[in-house]
Amino acid sequence: MKAIKLAASEGRAVHPAGEGALVVRGLTVSYGEAPAVFSADLTVPEGSMTAIVGPNGAGKSTLLKAALGVTPRLSGQAHFFGEPLGQVRRRVAYVPQRASVDWDFPTRVLDVVLMGLWRDLGLLRPVRARHRQAALDALARVGMADLSDRQIGQLSGGQQQRVFLARSLAQGADLYLLDEPFAGVDAATERAIIDVLKALRDEGRTVVAVHHDLSTVADYFDRVALMNVRVITEGPVADAFTREALQEAYGGRLATVQIDQLRLGAT
Amino acid sequence: MSDFVVLSLVPMGIGAFAAVACALPGNFLILRRQALIGDAISHVVLPGIVAAFLVTGTVAALPMLAGAAGAAVVAVLLIEAIRRLGRIEPGAAMGVVFTAMFAGGVLLLERSDTSSVHLDVEHALYGNLESLIWLDATGWSSLLDSEALVGLPPELLRTAVACGAMILFVALLWRPLKISTFDEGYARSLGVRTVPLGLALVVAAAVAAVAAFDAVGSILVIAMFICPPATARLMTNRLERQVLLSAVIAAVAALAGYVFAGYGPLWLGRADAVSAAGMIATISGLMLGVACVAAPHRRRAGEPAAG
Repeated sequence: MKAIKLAASEGRAVHPAGEGALVVRGLTVSYGEAPAVFSADLTVPEGSMTAIVGPNGAGKSTLLKAALGVTPRLSGQAHFFGEPLGQVRRRVAYVPQRASVDWDFPTRVLDVVLMGLWRDLGLLRPVRARHRQAALDALARVGMADLSDRQIGQLSGGQQQRVFLARSLAQGADLYLLDEPFAGVDAATERAIIDVLKALRDEGRTVVAVHHDLSTVADYFDRVALMNVRVITEGPVADAFTREALQEAYGGRLATVQIDQLRLGAT
Repeated sequence: MSDFVVLSLVPMGIGAFAAVACALPGNFLILRRQALIGDAISHVVLPGIVAAFLVTGTVAALPMLAGAAGAAVVAVLLIEAIRRLGRIEPGAAMGVVFTAMFAGGVLLLERSDTSSVHLDVEHALYGNLESLIWLDATGWSSLLDSEALVGLPPELLRTAVACGAMILFVALLWRPLKISTFDEGYARSLGVRTVPLGLALVVAAAVAAVAAFDAVGSILVIAMFICPPATARLMTNRLERQVLLSAVIAAVAALAGYVFAGYGPLWLGRADAVSAAGMIATISGLMLGVACVAAPHRRRAGEPAAG
């Protein structure tokens, strides 16, 4: 409820923060002179599956990172389940871009997944059989159970992505924020990942993914946020994924022919 | 044999403690692509120590540590400031800051009266490992003689404490260090305070550098931050084993280097000895060279998997 007061004090009319798994208001991030994300609003209802779509450099990843406090924000707020992130970290899992880490790091698949249990393990609590089992279960969900001892430098791109997803699954969170989970992965991995994400949604959990492939938006997601530095439109795919919104987000870069091939919402 | 206890035992111990103390944080610096920070710290320590001496008039451990840690923090802030204000790449910003601070330290040292204490420019580079002898010792039995033990050079205790502190630092903060070194963004999303942790790592490295510095000099400190961890990285693919191995390699390099420096020229028919710090650094460099050619895990990520 604090969110309402904060937002109200800025003269903004907002939905109650308690309504969504993630509610972002007026988020602005700048790395240099031009803002990477400008005054972005986003409302992600619980139990939904949302794609954040937009051209390169639209600030999609930055929006996620800034909401999570991974990247500093100039202004704006993000509330998770109606609370600031610090109160509900256990309920939120972040899956960074696969390419953002050095896969030459000296560790095994299982160790990476165990990182997801940090909030349970803390500094010094020993890794017990049940922790190891939780990590192995998470790996099994993404079809990687037999690779738990593999050195991470030996994984393919698709396997790396599955390990990252398993690490977030091990957290047992209610909200999953994924940064380009399908970038550079093979078709089998894409299928496996989307199956896991849909299963999470069916369990009542919430999924938000930065997504690049316009042709799969309608198949994979039930909500979409189109952005280009600002959030242009957000809502159920049927309402928000329109020709006009796409043209606004992508400018002239998206040929009409391409748009015609998409399964769009009503226009 | 009593000669060995008097002349060599203590310097070897100091060398090994100092080497291990520097190698432990060095593992994380290298994996974070911050190896240069180790280099920077070992330079920056000098003005910190000189400033602490000028303020307190002693070379006691605590003021030295405070001075060096303060200098390390100043250096980190300066590097950040130059990087942001001047839009210069981090490597160059670091290079500017640590060479300038080191040079400033040399000037400060030249102009201040340190004749009463063991503090001069040569010392800062090479250390004085060979001079840290145990005059009160008469043989191995002195190790049990409380009177002789009092006469041990204070550097031995100082480096041993630093070594213990580094072991404690790495053991206590193992998980956050590992997570944030591998994936800083993810660590932050979990609530790991990565900025203070990164700063703590730099300060820990500064503590190791200070403790080692006045015994072994900055050349050896730089070598020990980088060579043993880099060698260990090539020998294993597990962080746990890498860190343990780096400590073993550092200790072996220190002991072997000291022996070769003292007796190597003798074995070659020369009567003199060479700088122990120089020899230890050279040996650790050679070990890295051998590992580059022969170690089992020199394959970089991106190359085809072995199977």
